[in-house]
Amino acid sequence: MTASTKPSLLEMEAIAARHPHLLQSSSTKRLKAALIGIGVLLYMVFSWWFFSIGHVLANANWGIAGTYLADWVSYEVRPEIAIAADGTMAVSYARNSPLGSNPNPDWVTLEKKTVTRTIGAPAAPQAPKPKASSSFNFMAPNAALGGSQTAQAQNRMETRREEVAVRALITYDRSTNIEIADGLVKATHGGETLTMTVDGADAVTPQGPLPLWATQKRPGEKITLSFGLTGWAEVEGDEVSIRNRFFGWANFLFDTNSPFFGKAYGEVASLIVSGERIDPARSNLSLAWSNILYNAEWQHLDVWTKLLQTIVMAFVGTLFASLIAFPLCFLAARNITPNLFANQLAKRFFDFLRSVDMFIWALFFTRAFGPGPLAGISAIFFTDTGTLGKLYSEALENIDDKQREGVKSVGATPIAVQRFGVLPQVLPVIASQALYFWESNTRSATIIGAVGAGGIGLKLWEAMRTNSDWENVAYMVLLILMVVFIFDSISNACRSRLMGRKAH
Amino acid sequence: MATSVLSRQLSESGALVERHWQELNARRRLYTFLGLAFLVLTLFASLWFANDSNAGKFFDRLPHFFDFVGDLVPRDAMEIVRAMFDLPSPYDDGSFKYNYPDGRLYLTDSLYIPEYFHKMLETLNIAIFSTVVGVSFGFILSFLAARNLMPNPWIRGPVRRLMEILRAFPEVVIAGFFLAILSLGPIPAIAAVSIHTIGALGKLFFEVVENADMRPEEGLRAVGANWIERVWFGIVPQVLPNFTSYFLLRLEINVRASTIIGAVGGGGIGELLRLSIGQGHEAKTIAIVILLFTTIFAVDQFSAWLRRRLVGDQAFQLAQ
Repeated sequence: MTASTKPSLLEMEAIAARHPHLLQSSSTKRLKAALIGIGVLLYMVFSWWFFSIGHVLANANWGIAGTYLADWVSYEVRPEIAIAADGTMAVSYARNSPLGSNPNPDWVTLEKKTVTRTIGAPAAPQAPKPKASSSFNFMAPNAALGGSQTAQAQNRMETRREEVAVRALITYDRSTNIEIADGLVKATHGGETLTMTVDGADAVTPQGPLPLWATQKRPGEKITLSFGLTGWAEVEGDEVSIRNRFFGWANFLFDTNSPFFGKAYGEVASLIVSGERIDPARSNLSLAWSNILYNAEWQHLDVWTKLLQTIVMAFVGTLFASLIAFPLCFLAARNITPNLFANQLAKRFFDFLRSVDMFIWALFFTRAFGPGPLAGISAIFFTDTGTLGKLYSEALENIDDKQREGVKSVGATPIAVQRFGVLPQVLPVIASQALYFWESNTRSATIIGAVGAGGIGLKLWEAMRTNSDWENVAYMVLLILMVVFIFDSISNACRSRLMGRKAH
Repeated sequence: MATSVLSRQLSESGALVERHWQELNARRRLYTFLGLAFLVLTLFASLWFANDSNAGKFFDRLPHFFDFVGDLVPRDAMEIVRAMFDLPSPYDDGSFKYNYPDGRLYLTDSLYIPEYFHKMLETLNIAIFSTVVGVSFGFILSFLAARNLMPNPWIRGPVRRLMEILRAFPEVVIAGFFLAILSLGPIPAIAAVSIHTIGALGKLFFEVVENADMRPEEGLRAVGANWIERVWFGIVPQVLPNFTSYFLLRLEINVRASTIIGAVGGGGIGELLRLSIGQGHEAKTIAIVILLFTTIFAVDQFSAWLRRRLVGDQAFQLAQ
């Protein structure tokens, strides 16, 4: 920009004086914008109060949100280490642990010792009597595993020799581990070490100040150690609960009851190809396949069936809707049927189907047909007959009349006029809108499934309500996203072929 | 055949064209036939599968199809009015079926809002609030995602991907996740509906922005305006009518969405409807359906009228 083209202050004022309406917007216009802005702001404040959003957000359990999110792509293994008053320990796992019924992971190192203890009416002199609550844990399945029992009938006392752990080392990752020995719990994380004394009963005492990653609400109560993404632990007087988190989906193919559980892929492959039959009644391949399908944790067959139901609901519902809406839209279009009563009747009928929402239809048909895809199909069919009928009749009303007149002028029958004068103009629009609704119904079929109308929605909703199956939620969401993406691409490809390159 | 008689009189090249045309036609018919056969086959397979995996079979249930309509007939027509306005019922036997006055929300000692109106307002408010939130974020994101305003693909790409993810994620999952963190109530529904709205509107918005006339923006660039000034004075005035139209369209969709989300635990009228249908409270069900129908119908008509005023008939082309 050169200086010569820049108007001087005087010239600019002169221009402004000549065209005041260009430089000053009218006061009503300004006021209107400001009023709309203030109105929206007031509405937001009102809604903040109406839904008490601040209160709810403040009371929300945000700590658990991270855990739930982490559950989508990872799982926890939870050994419980019971500590007796004499400092001996026993490790047990929950029954449904992802490591199976007999776990011996390499990140838990136990140093074992054989002790002789006597259980009987009088207190045994050899060893201090374990506390009742922890002695229960000594009997846990895996403690009994290596234990050899020799009963000695001596003074009506039962003396047994047991193998107990005296030192345990749990390694989370390179910089995080917990070591338990002699009534001391030593936790190391990120270069800091916290030593805690546990008395085998109900008190925990930290030695020295607590680091940032450890919390204790009251002295003596349990200490929670959070190691971020790698897991956490709880230290109580007689128990250390380990929560070690691993990335990935546990037992995605074979559950812990399967004979293929815990085997490497190569091993499974060689078993299937050339191994001896595990179940003499059938081949290893069919056994493996049925083990995958009926995996108790992931329920692959059920999930896939439900997903197929969702797809079928969208497909059949949309197809029927467009088949019924197609003839009706000719009745609703002003220019095709010049009968005002028929027009209005058809249009109000479409409005009715559309305004009684898909959700209400879904609830009704679930009552009528029972839960399942039939209800979903009917709900989509009813709603979309209304929506498609409206869109189709609008497309018909916007056609070019010249073609129709041309066909009519050579003496064609009314049917032929529609076939050759009208249909070629609207067919691409009609097909493209049917395809678009097919695609968008695949998405809505998920949500009406949650109220019982069949498909994956209900399964998804139930998995979420348990609050512990987030990895199953992630799996189903991934499947849904894949299906939606595939149908999106198919429908987009079909539509752009139908409409030329114009369709978005 | 008339065509074969005709072709005998044609010249050699004409006959060639004719034969070629016949071939093309035959092939087209074959394709159409194959496509239709495939469609019919898929349809029947789907229907068989749907029927097979349904709790009740279609032909077993069909004779009883209108039974539930019969179940929905209230004891007298006035019951519907009483249920809707929370008036005491003469059939009141202390059960949940006839306890209409229990749901009253008293504003003063004598003035009350009937329960269903209150819940309907709540659902409507969820829809409006989440649409406003969705529009605000979608508005900002759309300018970052438009090719003509954001030539840098390292910003445009991630913004577009983000919107795709927000759009494709099932609403029910977002609602379920927030339901697990927050308590029961309308906020999970708000979160679910607004997050979906950001993705859906963001896409529509940036397509509008990409189709905008760039000359005002060029003019502003020539006088040295910065990016925000160019967007605000050059682009926003052009796209505002279309944005408003999409906002209204989305509002229609969100009223429905917030009803459904309500039914799966988000509060509002959806939950009441699900419960009353499940428990067979006929007058309550009909009252809620009438209320819901009227609201959705009114919102649709109002939005259609406003959109026609704002952008003319362009608003009635297919939009997502």
